[in-house]
Amino acid sequence: MSEYKSGSNLEKILKAGHFAFTGECGPPQGADAAHVREKAGHLKGSVDAVNVTDNQTAVVRMSSWAASLILLQEGLEPNFQMVCRDRNRLAIQSDILGIYAHGIRNMLCLSGDHQKFGNHPEAKNVFDIDSMQLIHTVKTMRDEGKFLNGQDIEGLPKLFIGAASNPFAEPFDFRVYRLKKKIDAGADFIQTQCIYNMEKFREFMKQAVDMGLHEKCYILAGVTPMKSVGMARYMAKSVPGMDVPDSLIKRLQGAGKGKVAEEGIKFAIEQIEEFKEMEGVAGVHLMAIEWEHKVPEIAERAGMLPRPRV
Amino acid sequence: MIVAEPKPIKELLEMVKDFNKILILGCKGCVTVCNVGGAKEVAILASTLKIAAKKAGRAIQVEGHTLERQCDPEYVAEIKEMVDNYDALISLACGVGPQFLSERYPSARVFPGVNTRFMGGAVEHGVWSERCAGCGQCVIHYFGGICPIARCSKSLLNGPCGGSDHGKCEISKDVDCIWDIIVRKMMDQGRLEELIEFKPPKSWTTARDGGPRKLVREELVR
Repeated sequence: MSEYKSGSNLEKILKAGHFAFTGECGPPQGADAAHVREKAGHLKGSVDAVNVTDNQTAVVRMSSWAASLILLQEGLEPNFQMVCRDRNRLAIQSDILGIYAHGIRNMLCLSGDHQKFGNHPEAKNVFDIDSMQLIHTVKTMRDEGKFLNGQDIEGLPKLFIGAASNPFAEPFDFRVYRLKKKIDAGADFIQTQCIYNMEKFREFMKQAVDMGLHEKCYILAGVTPMKSVGMARYMAKSVPGMDVPDSLIKRLQGAGKGKVAEEGIKFAIEQIEEFKEMEGVAGVHLMAIEWEHKVPEIAERAGMLPRPRV
Repeated sequence: MIVAEPKPIKELLEMVKDFNKILILGCKGCVTVCNVGGAKEVAILASTLKIAAKKAGRAIQVEGHTLERQCDPEYVAEIKEMVDNYDALISLACGVGPQFLSERYPSARVFPGVNTRFMGGAVEHGVWSERCAGCGQCVIHYFGGICPIARCSKSLLNGPCGGSDHGKCEISKDVDCIWDIIVRKMMDQGRLEELIEFKPPKSWTTARDGGPRKLVREELVR
């Protein structure tokens, strides 16, 4: 146990040198635990850990820590996501202690989508600290046993610290440096934004490898299978920081009626096959948005099953 | 300067609909510069109120007066002989003005005639843009002389976030991603190393989060 920072399944899988495979679960816009359990059922056995999103796109949902606890009850390992939009440093630190006390071992640190996108655009945001500072906060609490004010913590939150990286947002030249900054701040693993522009991602990974970042941190490549041409167009046009090449949209269009979703899955599987071979990539983070039931099939066809036990 | 904009005329008319003797007070400070609360705007609003009242079949008395500043007690005191002749005062100054008036003239009914928006400047004729969030501890020199607290939608000190899109912020294509500008400028200046340095959490004690603010300069206090 002591050889690990957290002892989470995800950490063990990565440390053992296995190619990790993580999934995602968006909590419901309601209090129905059965909804979370149903999604969990699709993911169980197919992934090493499940990201639980935190009011993603600034839409109010069941809190990420609460949905994470339901996953724990179902025998899945959550990767608890926390955004800085809705909490100040007091709430952030107390939630970190609370989730650890309940058995959560992975945490992904994010700034959070601006509330302007969501269903409460009139809200006041917090952004007391940013994602970089959040990473550093968790690391300080875990490794130095200190709160942000320097006070000692009794009972340390031994969390496996995750961070996000978007290789496609501008300015591109700075992105790999921002990744380095997150790793230096304390990130143990990185999950990237959904990748569609493979050429650009190869370039980004080459930069990361040249800087030796893959040796300091596990980088998981983000994959979201396209369900339809409409989804691809929407992502290309309306999701900031997303890079969807025209060639992919054309490929999906060319699949013909009723076969677009299958083509989207095929593309995702081709990506996963390439990531397995790509230097510096330690795993895949599969974000099958409201398509959790497809995860076992994708995992099977991508040769990710059975998941290793460490 | 402090940038303000006129309150919608409908809202203003509704505010003062029960008053017959109205004094509109302009300010020669920031609101004159941003064309919202100087002598000219005072005259225009006076005419507008009179016309609206006439249409509604009411005869009202509206006068205007523009003070040197509404954020200094000595100028606010200048109108002490006038105030009692009116049953409503409309201030076209920033949010400070109507409060100084309310404090100096406790029995007067004071209404804000403008919406105070931010601290900024004119970037072109008729267009103003925010520059300062008044956090009380200026740090712009770390960021190429640009303030990410006021100008990044998330006030990130270690930006840019993943929502930066071709130089624009994720919240709107009309908003520049200030971190895109900071990064490009600092890289041009050969200051990449500084950009990669971790910026720790900021103390917000000197910002509004520390409670209502008051500044005492001992050397100026008699």
